[in-house]
Amino acid sequence: MSATLPVEVLSYEEALAKFDPVLGLEVHVELNTNSKMFCGCPTEFGAEPNTQVCPVCLGLPGAMPVVNRTAVESAIRIGLALNCSIAEWCRFARKNYFYPDMPKNFQTSQYDEPIAFEGWTDVEVEGEVFRVEIERAHMGEDTGKSLHVGGATGRIHGADHSLVDYNRAGIPLIEIVTKPITGTGDKAPLVARAYVAHLRQLLLGLGVSDVRMEQGSLRCDVNLSLRPSPDAPLGTRTETKNVNSFRSVERAVRYEIGRQAAVLTGGGSITQETRHWHEDTGITTAGREKSDAEDYRYFPEPDLVPVAPSREWVEQLRAALPEPPHERRARLQQEWGFSDLEMRDTVGAGALELVEETIAAGASPQAARKWWLSELARRAKEQGLELAELSVNPTDVAQVQALVDAGTINDKLARQVFDGVLAGEGSPEQVVEKRGLAVVSDDGALSAAVDNAIAAHPDVADKIRDGKVAAAGALIGAVMKEMRGQADAGRVRELILEKLS
Amino acid sequence: MSSDLTRRTAAQLADALAAGETSSVELTQAHLDRIAEVDGDVHAFLHVDHEGALAQAREADARRASGATSSALDGVPIAVKDVLVTKGLPTTCGSRILEGWVPPYDATVVERLRAAGTPILGKTNMDEFAMGSSTEHSAYGPTHNPWDLDRIPGGSGGGSAAAVAAFEAPLAIGTDTGGSIRQPGAVTGTVGVKPTYGGVSRYGLVALANSLDQAGPVTRTVLDSALLHEVIGGHDPRDSTSVDQPLPGLVEAARLGATGDMKGVRVGVVKELTGEGYQPGVQARFDEAVQLLVDAGAEVVEVSCPTFVHAMAAYYLILPAEASSNLAKFDAMRYGLRVLPEGSESSGAPSAEEVMRATRDRGFGDEVKRRIILGTYALSSGYYDAYYGQAQKVRTLITRDFAAAFGSADVLVSPTAPTTAFKLGEKLDDPIAMYLNDLATIPANLAGVPGISVPSGLADEDGLPTGFQVLAPALADDRVYRVGAALEALLEDRWGGPLLAKAPELKGVRA
Repeated sequence: MSATLPVEVLSYEEALAKFDPVLGLEVHVELNTNSKMFCGCPTEFGAEPNTQVCPVCLGLPGAMPVVNRTAVESAIRIGLALNCSIAEWCRFARKNYFYPDMPKNFQTSQYDEPIAFEGWTDVEVEGEVFRVEIERAHMGEDTGKSLHVGGATGRIHGADHSLVDYNRAGIPLIEIVTKPITGTGDKAPLVARAYVAHLRQLLLGLGVSDVRMEQGSLRCDVNLSLRPSPDAPLGTRTETKNVNSFRSVERAVRYEIGRQAAVLTGGGSITQETRHWHEDTGITTAGREKSDAEDYRYFPEPDLVPVAPSREWVEQLRAALPEPPHERRARLQQEWGFSDLEMRDTVGAGALELVEETIAAGASPQAARKWWLSELARRAKEQGLELAELSVNPTDVAQVQALVDAGTINDKLARQVFDGVLAGEGSPEQVVEKRGLAVVSDDGALSAAVDNAIAAHPDVADKIRDGKVAAAGALIGAVMKEMRGQADAGRVRELILEKLS
Repeated sequence: MSSDLTRRTAAQLADALAAGETSSVELTQAHLDRIAEVDGDVHAFLHVDHEGALAQAREADARRASGATSSALDGVPIAVKDVLVTKGLPTTCGSRILEGWVPPYDATVVERLRAAGTPILGKTNMDEFAMGSSTEHSAYGPTHNPWDLDRIPGGSGGGSAAAVAAFEAPLAIGTDTGGSIRQPGAVTGTVGVKPTYGGVSRYGLVALANSLDQAGPVTRTVLDSALLHEVIGGHDPRDSTSVDQPLPGLVEAARLGATGDMKGVRVGVVKELTGEGYQPGVQARFDEAVQLLVDAGAEVVEVSCPTFVHAMAAYYLILPAEASSNLAKFDAMRYGLRVLPEGSESSGAPSAEEVMRATRDRGFGDEVKRRIILGTYALSSGYYDAYYGQAQKVRTLITRDFAAAFGSADVLVSPTAPTTAFKLGEKLDDPIAMYLNDLATIPANLAGVPGISVPSGLADEDGLPTGFQVLAPALADDRVYRVGAALEALLEDRWGGPLLAKAPELKGVRA
């Protein structure tokens, strides 16, 4: 209902002139363990509803949880990668509340004894490094998924019935909570986005999660508050739930800054509440107020024994951690011979892995960078997608470049090849084949076109005959036009020079 | 012939099977007949599985015919408290809210019984979700004490104890959260053992209070309990709190105890668990039993466990807290009772929340609601430290008292229950009086130590059975078997047979 009321929002510049934003980010990560957090059920995404369930994750009477050791290992590795301390002894708690997608009507989750705590990680925005302090990373389990049928936009309001899929119930979750992030100024939305992107890279590097935001395996809650100045006490915060893409994180922060600034400037005060993010309209609306929030009645889970990772184990895991993202970045920049600017653009576009994989698939570093950051970045932007969400993968890109290098296609045709790949027409080679996009290097056809061009531009031909080889470009252009771009420009040039020598 | 079979102990039945004197089908049928004969009066069973039991008996006989047996108790039938889930057999926990629910899986204990070849006769009555000391809180009506049908059989496992006392089953499984195996044992003249916490898997035991619950044997003799304990006990990877250590030799300890030799055993009488508040007849039988142990060579010392006086208060915070959370899952969404609210608040279909509320209102009895409210309150933000937190500290102190007491005694002893069986309805309106039944049994649950109740005789004032409790340090379950078996042997010598021989014949027997 509040979504329909017009809400006043201050312009970003005006808001930032008056207030200092403080961020807090809670990221929920579904781990990619083979089995669930407390039972042996499989975890694959997209299975038929309620086919990956058992007495434990359905919360049947009598069933008991057993902690997944791999999930604990992943949690520790995440904690270590975020420079956290690892608890010597910690427990799970029960978070009690009633909801149909909660099989036990309590969630088994860590509460005041997290497995990892007090860490930090550095995030880079436009060349500036921001240190984000991590309060804790704790283990928990996901809920089932409700599907509301009969109402508008899948919401419970107005639905005539609901279906519940418990496949997701019990999937291991790690919740990573930052301390208040201060000092970002007008870069707050970018820092928030960069932090989530950075975390995604880090988790990918650890191999602990699929981190697919579109599948919900990485979900973000954005806390934001404003204060009149950096030395003022923290203001009242709102928590915008389930902001599920990098772009949305940035937009949600930006929107909340504007909205809160308008409320405060108008003499109002911020209500501590959860807010819903609306992807379509780019705004947030009020959820439930914290003051009447439920009392979760946490207490230690009596069916589980404490988790007490030995120091030897923790040190083994620490020693086996992958290269930290910033060190890796420095190494790759060196290996690829990128300039600082090229590297920053690559990282900023979220293309580091894509470029790396494209190079691994055979392309040169510059070619890989070129395709992802120009042609493909443009298409992603047009479609409102992240680069990684495009239906073209690094192998495709390397294959396109290989076709260019082999002279089968040129850069211009390559764009059409990407059109085909993005349209689902198959691999680049298949697209070339189906669309008949191969460059014409058959001398018979080219020779006739060159003759036509020479005949049509006698003045240019004369210049070339006089030794002004650079003038050949005009004739090449004419030939390409006649051949609709499907000509091997190098061969055309050779033919022109042969004929006019 | 069949009534003779039901009078025998499980160990005797196992011997008869081994000697080929009877078959599992014959003795399973004998017990099913006995159930048909007397359970209309006793109401120990909520569900009897004739076909399933006989099918298992046939398998046991076939196994034996081929020269193999699955366990020492292969072919000896058993009754299971309705709080353990049984695949394909209804499991109600004595509650309306689970009426008609048929679990798709077996509790580990049940799985082990099936693997051991003990035909499962049926599921026994209990206070709803094991909340009570009289079985009167069962939604399906009370169980009656075979010694006097107007009296309670104890609780919550009154059904299992009464089934064994009425010779409807030679063996039964109970669960003990604050005395629900031992107190029914005391008031029905039977033997009940609460093993060390973690000694028997809780997987498939519908939790009342997870940190206190423990399944264990309900039998007529100490040896039978030991035999059954060895079948159901031991580590289970599906229960994280289960002890990953081999069980001590329980049958061996029971056989050693049965020699009646108590030389070198230090027996500690817990000062706080005798005297005031105990019925004179109960106290008298206890004192005599202690003297018998002394006569048999035991060294008796008095020990003090001063924090035990707080056990009841701590227990009634921890138990409801855990229970309030455990019972949240009964919400009509996935299984069990579903009540559609009358006059829904919203037009059209009722909301999930309205269905949950209506179902829980209709499905739970008063005692269950009382404890859900208590537990919800005890865990509430702002009250947690004062209630649940404090109770956990008391628990630590009680554990320390036990440790200190076990420094000067190998076992601790007390009367099991402060009174003999009271009349049905007598304490139903007085929850505190009902709770006091478990005064002597609760400390063992709070500290996780094992305990046994063995019959100690009949109280002079009412001629009803009294119980003698033996407690041992965690993991030393063998000690309760040794001392329990010794006392049993010494008393039966004096009585000239088992106490249950003195119980009145039930209607229909040898009609």
